[in-house]
Amino acid sequence: MKAVWKEKAIKLILWATASTSILIVIGIFVFVGKEAGHFAVEPGLKELLGSRWVPVSFQKESFGLLPLITGSLLVTALATLLTIPFGVGAAVYISELAKPTEREILKPFIEILAGIPSVVIGFFGLVVLVPLIKGIFNLSTGLTALAGAVLLALMAIPTVVSISEDAIRSVPASFKAASLALGASKMQTIWKVTVPAALPGIVAAVMLGIGRVIGETMAVMMVTGNAAVITASPFDSVRTMTATIAAEMGEVAFGSIHYRALFCVGIVLLLATFGLNIIAQKFLKRYRMG
Amino acid sequence: MRSAAAQKIICWLIRGMTYLIVLVIASIIIKVLWNGLPVINWEFLTTMPRRGGAEGGILPAIVGTLVLSLGTIIVALPLGMATAIYLSEYAKAGRFTRTVRLAIVTLAGVPSIVFGLFGLGLFVIFLRFGASIIAGCFTLACMILPIIIVASEEALRAVPKPLREGSLALGATKWQTIYKNVLPYSISGMLTGSILGIGRAAGETAPILLTVAAFYLPRLPKSIFDQVMALPYHLYVLATQHPDIEKVRPLQYGTALVLLVLVLGVNLVAIMLRIHIRKKYRW
Repeated sequence: MKAVWKEKAIKLILWATASTSILIVIGIFVFVGKEAGHFAVEPGLKELLGSRWVPVSFQKESFGLLPLITGSLLVTALATLLTIPFGVGAAVYISELAKPTEREILKPFIEILAGIPSVVIGFFGLVVLVPLIKGIFNLSTGLTALAGAVLLALMAIPTVVSISEDAIRSVPASFKAASLALGASKMQTIWKVTVPAALPGIVAAVMLGIGRVIGETMAVMMVTGNAAVITASPFDSVRTMTATIAAEMGEVAFGSIHYRALFCVGIVLLLATFGLNIIAQKFLKRYRMG
Repeated sequence: MRSAAAQKIICWLIRGMTYLIVLVIASIIIKVLWNGLPVINWEFLTTMPRRGGAEGGILPAIVGTLVLSLGTIIVALPLGMATAIYLSEYAKAGRFTRTVRLAIVTLAGVPSIVFGLFGLGLFVIFLRFGASIIAGCFTLACMILPIIIVASEEALRAVPKPLREGSLALGATKWQTIYKNVLPYSISGMLTGSILGIGRAAGETAPILLTVAAFYLPRLPKSIFDQVMALPYHLYVLATQHPDIEKVRPLQYGTALVLLVLVLGVNLVAIMLRIHIRKKYRW
């Protein structure tokens, strides 16, 4: 009888550890949401809709999230524009056109990029990319949204390449064979048959890449100049939501309005990445079933 | 497709894009190696920083990063492996399993800075750990948990069904089967995934910024409730916050190199191990 009890106990322990993941997710929403909730009571959520982020001021502080959200959106949009052609292009090349040995080297090498710490990429951006952008576009400073976007694209590319390549390779060989047998060229087959068939996987890859981009902190904080202004120009300095939290949290007093405002920024970030993730999972499921 | 020429051009275009990515990766690594190597010497690696980090070594940052990585894995490894065993061996399709999987996917997507806020709210303030090694380790452990779970589950599922069925048919209980017939063949695969998790934890800056990292603290930690310096944060401070950024440039390269070697070295070990395992167990 002892053995039965032991079996039951082990199962219970494993069940309990499996639930910690759920508890952590709930904990994240609770502990980030709690401080944001205090902000909603005093001074009220309306404060967040303003267009000025001036957390420290002698006259009147204001905690409008708009410049931070537009900053994040601008950097993310630019990074996405760079990531899609490079990420998908490289995935197509590696899976369909590269020689077998070339493929064995290229994929792990690009995946190395995923392992480089973001602060090192940010540092590289600071010493190489920022002066380069300043020189090429003849700007007063290279610390721009564009610099942040290029670094973010670099960080998203390994994710996009890796997942897209898997999706493209899992397209049944019979699809390609049929297309080739009908007289289509290799390129026609790739663009008209293989890539469309792998599209849900590619879309999921891009969305997971974007999710990583929105949440990235250190690299953007180091190269975007951190000016909280509303702009659509890639050549302006911007301040993203992530950088705002990281840069200001060290200096705020615990429990102050500014402290709570930063948690509000956190909850916006959390909801944005959560939404993206859910949509990406839907697409991933579709390609895995297909 | 009008002509063979157009096809050739497109082929060369995406080949060019692929190799441009490779070139950028290579240039990051070469740049850091080239400028960092001259800085690395015994003194740099084993002495305390002096004068606000402008001179001296980076010993406390190295020790800090090692301590944080070790602590993180001690917390995350048992949790992650147990969850993976539950999901792969015990879980039945149903609401609980679906919720656990959704939670894991969600955790994998949470931005690292939000983990920082969570760690600050829960471990530093609510549980009164203060900014400390233990708060940092718990925060990082929550962050790398999904990596460990996913890798471990994959390793468990790679063990063929007949191994389990044979054991059960001989009268072994479920746990005896898992313990004697499944875990021995999957443990190295589980560890591989966990090593990748350590690499991630060692390189992250944002979560430790809010929960443990010290700006400048030229001594070694005495207890788990101490703050520590850490390599990624130290690099960030030297590169952006230091009063004389140009002058400490060599130290920045040195710190970046040590961090890069540490993180990529850890990843390399994981990759080698994976290749080794794939050769060893072919079902």
